[in-house]
Amino acid sequence: MRVNDRQPAGDSETEGRGTVVRPPRTVPARDADPTRGLEPPLVRTPETDEMKELLQRRLRGTSPWSGKLLRRALRDAVTKLDPRHLVANPVIFVAEIGAALTTAVTLAQLASPGPGRGFGVSFGIQVSLWLWFTVLFANFAEALAEARGKAQAETLRATRKETPARRLSDGREEIVPSSRLRKGDIVLVREGEIIPGDGEVIEGIAYVNEAAITGESAPVLKEPGTDIRSGVTAGTQVVSDWLKIRITADPGESFLDRMIALVEGARRQKTPNEIALTILLVGLTLIFLLVVATLEPFAIYAGNPVSTVVLVALFVCLIPTTIGGLLAAIGIAGMDRVARFNVLALSGRAVEAAGDVDVILLDKTGTITYGNRLAAEIIPVNGASLLDALIAARQSSLADQTPEGRSLRALAEQLGAPSEDGLAPDAEVIPFTAQTRLSGVRQNGHEYLKGAPEAVLAKVGEDAPPDLRVQVERIAREGGTALALALDGRVVGVVYLKDTVKPGLRQRFENFRRMGVRTIMITGDNPLTAATIAREAGVDDVVAEATPEDKIRVIREQQAQGHVVAMTGDGTNDAPALAQADVALAMNSGTAAAKEAANLVDLDSNPTKLLEVIALGKQLLITRGAITTFSIANDVAKYFAIIPALFAGAYPQLDRLDVMRLSSPESAILSAVIFNALIIVALVPLALRGVSYRPAPAAELLRRNLLVYGAGGIVAPFIGIKLIDLIITALGLA
Amino acid sequence: MSVPHALQILTFVVLISALTKPLGAYMARVFLGERTALSRVLSPLERAIYRLCGIDAAEEQRWTGYAAAALLFNLAGMVLLYLLQRLQGFLPLNPQGFGPVAPDLAFNTAASFSTNTNWQAYAGESTMSYLTQMAGLTVQNFVSAGTGIAVAVALIRGLARRSADTIGNFWVDLVRATLYVLLPISVVVALFFVSQGIPQNLNRYVQATTLEGTPQLIAQGPVASQEVIKLLGTNGGGFFNANSAHPYENPTPLTNLLEMLLIFAIPAGLTYTFGRMVGDTRQGWAVWAAMAALFLAGLVVALLTEQAGNPLFAQFGIDQSASNLQPGGNLEGKEVRFGIVASVLFAVVTTAAACGAVNTMHDSLLPLTGAVTLFNMQLGEVVFGGVGAGLYGILIFALLAVFIAGLMVGRTPEYLGKKIESFEMKMAMLFVLAGAASILIFTAWASVAPYGVGSIRNPGPHGFSEILYAYSSGTGNNGSAFAGLNTNTAFYNVTIALAMLVGRFLMMVPVLAIAGSLARKPRVPPSLGTFPTDGPLFVSLLVGTVLIVGALNFLPALALGPIVEHLLLTAGHTF
Repeated sequence: MRVNDRQPAGDSETEGRGTVVRPPRTVPARDADPTRGLEPPLVRTPETDEMKELLQRRLRGTSPWSGKLLRRALRDAVTKLDPRHLVANPVIFVAEIGAALTTAVTLAQLASPGPGRGFGVSFGIQVSLWLWFTVLFANFAEALAEARGKAQAETLRATRKETPARRLSDGREEIVPSSRLRKGDIVLVREGEIIPGDGEVIEGIAYVNEAAITGESAPVLKEPGTDIRSGVTAGTQVVSDWLKIRITADPGESFLDRMIALVEGARRQKTPNEIALTILLVGLTLIFLLVVATLEPFAIYAGNPVSTVVLVALFVCLIPTTIGGLLAAIGIAGMDRVARFNVLALSGRAVEAAGDVDVILLDKTGTITYGNRLAAEIIPVNGASLLDALIAARQSSLADQTPEGRSLRALAEQLGAPSEDGLAPDAEVIPFTAQTRLSGVRQNGHEYLKGAPEAVLAKVGEDAPPDLRVQVERIAREGGTALALALDGRVVGVVYLKDTVKPGLRQRFENFRRMGVRTIMITGDNPLTAATIAREAGVDDVVAEATPEDKIRVIREQQAQGHVVAMTGDGTNDAPALAQADVALAMNSGTAAAKEAANLVDLDSNPTKLLEVIALGKQLLITRGAITTFSIANDVAKYFAIIPALFAGAYPQLDRLDVMRLSSPESAILSAVIFNALIIVALVPLALRGVSYRPAPAAELLRRNLLVYGAGGIVAPFIGIKLIDLIITALGLA
Repeated sequence: MSVPHALQILTFVVLISALTKPLGAYMARVFLGERTALSRVLSPLERAIYRLCGIDAAEEQRWTGYAAAALLFNLAGMVLLYLLQRLQGFLPLNPQGFGPVAPDLAFNTAASFSTNTNWQAYAGESTMSYLTQMAGLTVQNFVSAGTGIAVAVALIRGLARRSADTIGNFWVDLVRATLYVLLPISVVVALFFVSQGIPQNLNRYVQATTLEGTPQLIAQGPVASQEVIKLLGTNGGGFFNANSAHPYENPTPLTNLLEMLLIFAIPAGLTYTFGRMVGDTRQGWAVWAAMAALFLAGLVVALLTEQAGNPLFAQFGIDQSASNLQPGGNLEGKEVRFGIVASVLFAVVTTAAACGAVNTMHDSLLPLTGAVTLFNMQLGEVVFGGVGAGLYGILIFALLAVFIAGLMVGRTPEYLGKKIESFEMKMAMLFVLAGAASILIFTAWASVAPYGVGSIRNPGPHGFSEILYAYSSGTGNNGSAFAGLNTNTAFYNVTIALAMLVGRFLMMVPVLAIAGSLARKPRVPPSLGTFPTDGPLFVSLLVGTVLIVGALNFLPALALGPIVEHLLLTAGHTF
């Protein structure tokens, strides 16, 4: 059961470090379950400073443009010039070779000045500088994208520091450092202590603050023997009572360790899609190498050999340095967006695959509905007034703390039942039992009852009034549950209890339909109930009366038809289906098995987040495609700038191709080179932020993006190169 | 443009559009193994061929087996053709008593005809015996076309099948393409050609005395039978040196129209076959539309240029406008029987499709028209293109277009529900690289080596265009020549032969690899999230991709050839 009355952590708590006195604050627990007598601690135990800072950062998010990150990125951009590092990025590596080549040629020219080919030393120096800038800018983009992850990893590392653990062996308790804990050890963690390793609760019930992992300060209930509440994570803190935990991960393999490695990008591997794109980029680079290398013989034939500096300048302008320089940054930033959303992607592949998802399998309970039946209607029957029915509904639920009872009370009051009359001190509470199947309250001389219609009718000794029968049948037909209400021995109304669809889902599913994603609801309910909820939530398909095995069967069927399937899960019996699904989002509150089988973990344990993850996956792919298209489209203008300049000597007539009317051949080439370098920097914000995305059919997205990044990619450099030409001519640089 | 001019073009476009569906549907039935109208006559023959060659028609091949069969078959054909040329002096059906063809020329010609190029560094009527023409060149015209169709069909199967290991049987596809598609049309049209005056005999050349009293040797031969497959198979190798400008190869305006229709018939029809076989004819029409748009764009530029005439004549006050008394425009190098429109249309058709038959001398086209014919070939012969080769070429471009822009819909790029991944990209880039490398490297070599430049008759940019045209034509498996360049030298014979082999087989193998890889994949069912590949948006994307890839590869070369020549011409310089 998940309760949705979570509140975000208040600002007062996280503002201004150094305040000494702070009023205690109640934080409603995420799994608060008053019906079981488990109240969350009212006052939070003090958190460590690191935790507070972490919390603060997570809530605020670190801007990529903060001074610290920028400085770090600039430093890294220079160290990344190391060819051994750069070789992983073939396009930029080739650009670096080009920069080195023009530098060498220019230096040689400086050393022995003479009537060389080309445009002179100053031109050579400027071209070389801008080629180096091109490489540096590309490195900077990647470094900036990485910087956030590195900063985040440092914060996480702070929570991973060594903690003392109470290890239990043979009934004795010994204090050992957390690094000495091994899989299978049993530890005891008391109130206020940090949990020393990933594990499973085997004894005790306690509230745990998981802010270190989730950034969420509301404590969570942990207890043994349930799928969703037994797992605990190293670095989190027990804030009430105590827990006995069996350790499930050796040091260095804990969830926190994996998380650090992931956000840091240490094990970042190219995703399949990035590999395919890199092949395209390498292919284009080879083609342009051919074009430029054969240009020299052509030029010799024309009687106008071209200098090395100019050829290299043309080459670097033509190869896709823009997308080549930003490709890594786009991928890292995409993962980072997912991480900031508090979803941990265990592989980059998962985020990409999320973009491809076209079928989502959703559990009804917990994902589509709140998972408990709530009062939806109160209908007077048997000639009673609405007010009587409302009063009976409210009063009979005064002592009922179940979600159903509370919802009925709230609905009655909302519809107009007087709300001042509380539970009297001398009231007689009739508790619900499986035998009586009704409950209620006797107070101030009145009797208020609610319960299964047959049970209530039997209790008051009435035959079912016809309108009651009609209502009960209708409710059953619609898949709901009917309760009868009685006031002072007379049936006065019917309550319609139904599974409630979370608000806003309908719209989201509608968005999905527009994106071409089909939603399938899977539930153990009977087909009638399932169909009602499905209709209400607007899902496309329903699998009713499903067993856990059905999930994996449905996934396999969909995959066999070529669909890419996503699902969420938290229980151990979800694990096989999670492993089968292409995109599997496990809840952080779930079992270790579920988290192991999944490729995404939601730290907030909110299953509807799958929807956002899909959007983020699409955004990542769109950003990559948009900048690729833009990069390739740019080349057209560069040709028009450089080719006339290249052969100005042999064929001055070619300046008819120079539609930009650039001021001189030198300026034309230099402007193209400068544009090529600056466009990388100009697109860094887009690469990090991602192209704006809203759910729409593919055709619509394509039309818009082709116009902006395709047509725009052809036009933009004409304008940019012309502007740069005007500026450098004004400055007398060329 | 006058009304009769417009009508000529309109007639051609309407007829090709009308031919696409029936021919395409027929070919789909042939390659799906369904019964056709001709099955009653041909299927016993087909079965006999399989029995004779020991082919199990039911056994399918993986892409590697398919590619190996195609390569071996073409290698064998090439060796046979080489030997036939070298030995023709000892063989029958040689009334003119031609001796052996020189080794380098024989190699060039063998490569040329087995790659569906039909580049001719020789004059047919003074080099090849009737036996070589019939049993060598004409046979290769059929089977090289059959090979192209087979490979295209294999790629279609790769796209159409789901989770399959095999892409068909090369031998079966080759036999069906030849027996059911090429032969029946050839027989019928050859007879019609004979009715129009094309000779079909094995006679000695006729000695005649002209009105001026000079003696003339009039060549004869089995022309009609070779003529039809020359066009239908987009081969282009003329029986005579003058090709389709020769009255014996192209006697009437009707044969001229028919010849152009034959060139486009199968390439256009295959787009429909493709649509039918992948289960959505709209997909085929989208590809057709992209080809048609590229074709019409080139045609408009070429027509406007040629009809405007030579700018240098303007200063002499010569009237070059079309009127009732004259066709106007640039008539240099054109057969006056056909005039401007039918010549330009033929030139654009023959270079758009990788045919290479010519009814006008491309060397005499104005620079910008020359640029259109060059660019048509450099686009990879995908503007309808060679039989089979045009379709598989443009499908590779479709994969590229979908890969580059497809990410912009937020999904892993897919074409017809097949995900485009690393392997496909690798092969597609190999396909593009092979073509570009062959054209650029050989052109660069020839334009600086003395034995390359030595063959040039016109200096300056025009000479450069001639070299560029030779290798573009060879690599594109087109076979038409810009002339003006003496290519019957050891250097050109060998390098152009290599260009033809690279342009055929180094591009065919990646295509088959893609076919095999795609066949293995499941087909993602289409949804609203699918990149639409059947509408105008995709057509323009595909056209854009073909143009941009072509321009990025060849704009510098074109700028130094026809473009600068055009600019110099308007400034008064000629070469």
